[in-house]
Amino acid sequence: MYRQMVLIRHFEEHAAEAYAQAKIGGFLHLYIGEEAVAVGALAAARPTDPLLTHYRDHGYALARGCDPTRCMAELFGRATGLSRGRGGSMHLADRSRHFWGGHAIVGSHIPIGTGMAYAAKYHRREDVVLEFFGDGATGNGIFHEGLNMAALWKVPVVFICENNLYGMGATLAEESPVKDMVIRAEGYTMPARQCDGMDVLAVYETVQAACAHARGGNGPFFVECLTYRFRGHSMADPELYRDKEEVQRWRALDPIPRFGARLVAERLCTERELTAINEQVEQEMLQVVAAADAAPVPDPATVAEMIYANPIDPAAPVMALGAAPPPAPAAVLLGE
Amino acid sequence: MAELTLVETVRTTLAEEMRRDDRVIVLGEDVGVKGGVFGATQGLHQEFGDDRVIDSPLAESGIVGVAIGAAMAGLRPVAEIQFVDFIPPAIDQLLSEAAKIRYRSNNDWSCPLVVRAPCGGGVHVHGALYHSQSLEAIFAHVPGLKVVMPSTPADAKGLLLAAMRDPDPVCYFEHKALYRAFKGEVPEGDEVVPIGRGRIARPGRDATCITYGATVHEAVAAALRLAPDGIEVEVVDLRTIRPLDRALIVESARRTGKVLVAHEANLVGGVGAEVAAIVAEECFDALDGPVMRIGGPEIPAIPFAESLAAVYCLGPDRIEAALRRLVAY
Repeated sequence: MYRQMVLIRHFEEHAAEAYAQAKIGGFLHLYIGEEAVAVGALAAARPTDPLLTHYRDHGYALARGCDPTRCMAELFGRATGLSRGRGGSMHLADRSRHFWGGHAIVGSHIPIGTGMAYAAKYHRREDVVLEFFGDGATGNGIFHEGLNMAALWKVPVVFICENNLYGMGATLAEESPVKDMVIRAEGYTMPARQCDGMDVLAVYETVQAACAHARGGNGPFFVECLTYRFRGHSMADPELYRDKEEVQRWRALDPIPRFGARLVAERLCTERELTAINEQVEQEMLQVVAAADAAPVPDPATVAEMIYANPIDPAAPVMALGAAPPPAPAAVLLGE
Repeated sequence: MAELTLVETVRTTLAEEMRRDDRVIVLGEDVGVKGGVFGATQGLHQEFGDDRVIDSPLAESGIVGVAIGAAMAGLRPVAEIQFVDFIPPAIDQLLSEAAKIRYRSNNDWSCPLVVRAPCGGGVHVHGALYHSQSLEAIFAHVPGLKVVMPSTPADAKGLLLAAMRDPDPVCYFEHKALYRAFKGEVPEGDEVVPIGRGRIARPGRDATCITYGATVHEAVAAALRLAPDGIEVEVVDLRTIRPLDRALIVESARRTGKVLVAHEANLVGGVGAEVAAIVAEECFDALDGPVMRIGGPEIPAIPFAESLAAVYCLGPDRIEAALRRLVAY
């Protein structure tokens, strides 16, 4: 878990650097400071449990074991990227890791997770769906629709709210009448627990209990992780809504040195070993960035591929870009 | 062959497919015990139970969102939106999520989802502002979605089977005026109507009226009025709004040289504009008159009073008048 947190931190610091060099375009939302949430929560779940997240999604992809080079290549908009250069930073996804995507419309993935959990229950699979979202999403109507249906139908989903105190530039007090997000769950009679999101073990233990509840057929569970993003909402954020002192206070709770200190105190690890992990990861990240930078850009001829499994009219303008009709692996109609 | 109304056909087709494929589930408002506000899901709850026929909260975005998730995870959900007028809350889910799932994942994921919704107005079947609209053009605008609108019970079955077996999200709109207007022969068994293929509802040689849904019947009625004058109008029933059957549109337009597009939905930015553009681009040399359109006026929804509502809907008179203007060229 320590290594994973370090990996996310170094990955994102390099991403920020590449963004500053204009090697990464678009928008970049960094997870720095919140690493303990993704790492602790995903360590507590099964690697096959479906995962859906908001757009600040790099940490989850890496914590789920997605290839860092492919993640970085996606940020660079390359053909080898996790979404083959179609998604970019906010829309990472990897079916092989049961990672069903970062979603950029705030809250829109919440009922989708409820539906995936419905399918898991219907098919008597042991999956628990993990849904991550921020405090900002709880002000969106679709959040409530998704929680309501999950509670009504007692489906196996764990809703994990990362309360980092800000919805973009809005403070918690501006966006929510309740300070504690766990109160949101009460309206749906959903069991809920709050934990220190800067402590990877606290997150681990809380999500472990939540998953056990959901996997046991008891319906959804709501977890609130109290956390903080050390960087702005995105790279373009002047951070006028908070003062430097507050950021410093939270930086003192940095989950990585905190967990490192605990490992050393409990004699599970030496300082030297931790330093070695940091150096190893840094070397790895240098290679990751170099590989992403050298990766090919997507072929423009592929732009209109994979919109439908069965493209119907090859003469339609959508295919008029010189692209051959794509092979359609899912093209077999049932009943044929 | 059974003689069924359109709404009976929807019901029996859902039941047949649910018997065949246990991944098909139905969810929506009052679809369960009540059997749907128009009876399109009557009997399904008794036969298939709570797990497969789900009475949902009154939350359209949630209904569609849950259906998307269930589809991504291996089910074949058929979500009913009680009136298409209630679909706007779910537009985010359809446009932002369902339409993009295959593309964003480069074919790793799919969303085999059907969203059914009654639509349309007309005397005795409309409920004014929020129970009468035709919103298909909104969804026809979006790559990643498919949009179908049957005009006969046989097509209602064939298109619904195609939609439920399609690996991509399909919006299936049913005009309320057709639900119980007449019975039609419905084939037994697996008679799938392929999505993206229109049909010639009435052959003709002098002009083509391209339309879909309930307006097909008004267009055929109008064509019959022109026949005694020796004017033979072809009526093309698109059946699928996205993707359009370009081959059929072009073939018929080139053959007759005169095209009128007619639909109940708003004219501006509507399906007719797209059809007219196809004809203008691909049949210019064969045209013998301007491509004409008639459709809903610049009114945001059908007003309640019948005298006002009548202004909104097309009817055979208006189609006939437009056709006579067209053939006069």
